[in-house]
Amino acid sequence: MDLWFSEAHSPDVKLSIRVDKQLYSAQSQFQRIDVFHSQEFGRFLTLDGYMMLTEKDEFIYHEMITHPALAVHPHVRDVLVIGAGDGGVIRELCRYPDIAHIDMVEIDPMVVEVCREYLPQTACTLDDPRVSIYYEDGLKFIRRKVDCYDLIIVDSTDPFGPGEGLFTREFYGNCSKALRADGIMVNQHESPFYAEDALACQRAHKRIVESFPIAKVYQAHIPTYPSGHWLFGFASKTYHPLRDLREEEWNARGLTCRYYTTTLHKGAFYIPAYVEELLKHVEAAD
Amino acid sequence: MDQTQAPIYQALEEFRKMRVVPFDVPGHKRGRGNPELAKLLGETCVNMDVNSMKPLDNLCHPVSVIRQAEELAAEAFGAAHAFLMVGGTTSAVQSMVLSVVKRGEKIILPRNVHRSVMGALVLCGAIPVYVNPECDPRLGIPLGMKVSEVERAIRDNPDAKAVLVNNPTYYGICSDLRAIVALAHAHGMLCLADEAHGTHFYFHPDLPVSAMEAGADLASVSMHKSGGSLTQSSLLLTGPNVSPGHVRQIINLTQTTSASYLLLSSLDIARRNLALRGREEFGRVMELADYARKEINAIGGYYAFSKELCNGDSVYDFDVTKLSVNTLEVGLAGIEVYDLLRDEYDIQIEFGDLGNILAYLSIGDRPREVERLVSAMSEVRRRFGKSRAGLMDQEYIDPHVAVSPQDAFYAPSESLPLEETAGRVCSEFVMCYPPGIPILAPGETITPQILDYIRYAKDKGCSMTGPEDPDILHLNVLKGGA
Repeated sequence: MDLWFSEAHSPDVKLSIRVDKQLYSAQSQFQRIDVFHSQEFGRFLTLDGYMMLTEKDEFIYHEMITHPALAVHPHVRDVLVIGAGDGGVIRELCRYPDIAHIDMVEIDPMVVEVCREYLPQTACTLDDPRVSIYYEDGLKFIRRKVDCYDLIIVDSTDPFGPGEGLFTREFYGNCSKALRADGIMVNQHESPFYAEDALACQRAHKRIVESFPIAKVYQAHIPTYPSGHWLFGFASKTYHPLRDLREEEWNARGLTCRYYTTTLHKGAFYIPAYVEELLKHVEAAD
Repeated sequence: MDQTQAPIYQALEEFRKMRVVPFDVPGHKRGRGNPELAKLLGETCVNMDVNSMKPLDNLCHPVSVIRQAEELAAEAFGAAHAFLMVGGTTSAVQSMVLSVVKRGEKIILPRNVHRSVMGALVLCGAIPVYVNPECDPRLGIPLGMKVSEVERAIRDNPDAKAVLVNNPTYYGICSDLRAIVALAHAHGMLCLADEAHGTHFYFHPDLPVSAMEAGADLASVSMHKSGGSLTQSSLLLTGPNVSPGHVRQIINLTQTTSASYLLLSSLDIARRNLALRGREEFGRVMELADYARKEINAIGGYYAFSKELCNGDSVYDFDVTKLSVNTLEVGLAGIEVYDLLRDEYDIQIEFGDLGNILAYLSIGDRPREVERLVSAMSEVRRRFGKSRAGLMDQEYIDPHVAVSPQDAFYAPSESLPLEETAGRVCSEFVMCYPPGIPILAPGETITPQILDYIRYAKDKGCSMTGPEDPDILHLNVLKGGA
């Protein structure tokens, strides 16, 4: 059988994965949700036809959106995760015994339900007693929060569709308000490569720069995301991601990762010249 | 009648399938002559931009599909007759006024009418008799007309031909339309309604009464605002006491003879949608607006007002789909919040005046955009809020009509620097747009209070329109006054 899943990465480029079988398909109130099984990537989840995660490469994304901030902030106790219905970020966070509480805000309960059933690899710790799940719009949830989190992780979908509100200035401003004075916000920051993604990336950076005194970008290689070159944002009111890195402390925790190391941490913030240029452009404008 | 039909739309579809070779206007010939335009608008759109012809009827004298569409619209809106309009609601309002008053005749109306009404008075030479709307001291907005004030105006001007009512005002405030219609009719006058902001009233029982239901004689309904048709398309409705033939003649004085089928079909499809799904859709809009008000009022400082304003008279009813918010307690003028929302948060709202903003909610809105608006307003308060001191809130200024709008508009005039115009009679319009309600209309005396208002509004960044001098440093006044 010749069954392929294809996603357009730009109007003229697509990535196709041979599908063994489709495991699930439904339309929620917000989006279309599909789960497939493939030989190469194992199971994978798509929302409105956009790749969210595959069993084979999700570790890269989830380690990189979680551990860098935890290697910088000395005492993360209260965490807010926005999006992340697949549970991957929660899984990584639950590895830290000193994290006391995690609020997870996901707009679409059906995503969580589907991941619990079909993607236990990421959804495995959603029942951890430290986790509270709220099914609502992240933008609404955070409006009421002041000075109460050490870390906010924004694991959003792309800025076209239900995730759009999580790329806005009002959202980043509200995040800054919801964080404690030494809090950190990490966000999924799109890819700098194809023109439309680059624009979204640039706009997001501009709005974060406007809302936080420290706003840096770091990178990872995620094979199934457009161009494979993906960025994350690190924004904070106090800590610098490199100068304040607590390398020994983090390594003393004895956590083993498949992608993240504190050495890679340092390298990840050294970004290609064209990306630097792209970001500098909006930093200067402000 | 069968409201699932859309005769203009169906005729256009039929026409498209015929692949008729065009040797008529428009000259772009289905877009081929203007490929850049075709690319921008899309093939469907340029293909539909055709001229009046037998299979597609003619708006100036409808006999087939346009006539059927008008009959369907009349039924959907509970009117005796409906006219499809393509020159904006301005053309509907002006045709409505021109149909009932002529030179030297009087029309009773609130001063907070849209500029199009004043324009009609300039065109026809009728004399306005103003009923001063009450002003809410806290919100600084003009309210509706009290029935007793209308009654007094009618008593003082028994020769007036008609009473015009805003149903509702831009802010969503309704006068007691049923009582005003009864009063007008009892004195042999017609009652006209400017329903530029009230299309949805016809489709939900919990919304204020519509003009046709209240027994009004003519109503201008801005289908392109809450009704979902294309910008510039509109409806003029008439009741049983009005001759449709006369109104058609008046419309044809100024209406184009090349009416756009994009606009006409959009009216047809929007009417069908409202007739079939209006109640459900506007029910959703009302819920969304109530939710937004609750969330905005929870931010603090802002006051998103609603039915609690109702007082049985000058605020007889309130249109709950209007998300009107007073901003003064946040320490910002409405126009400042309006600018901040656009410049800082990429959110465009309908208008901001000195003390209020209006966010327009419609059948196209989703909860996620409302969340953005509320969050951005919360951020505006956190980042820019200050104390209320120094904000001007009085919006309504009693006009003094020295001469008729037409006489003033056409009389010999001179241009004077703004600061030298106090005491003179203005010969042009001055207004903030939006909302486009004149601060000064031709024929009104300029007072120091009005000049203060203009300076303040300019200073706060209101976009001022009307005068010949676009910077509004000078005003045209009647010669020989002072």
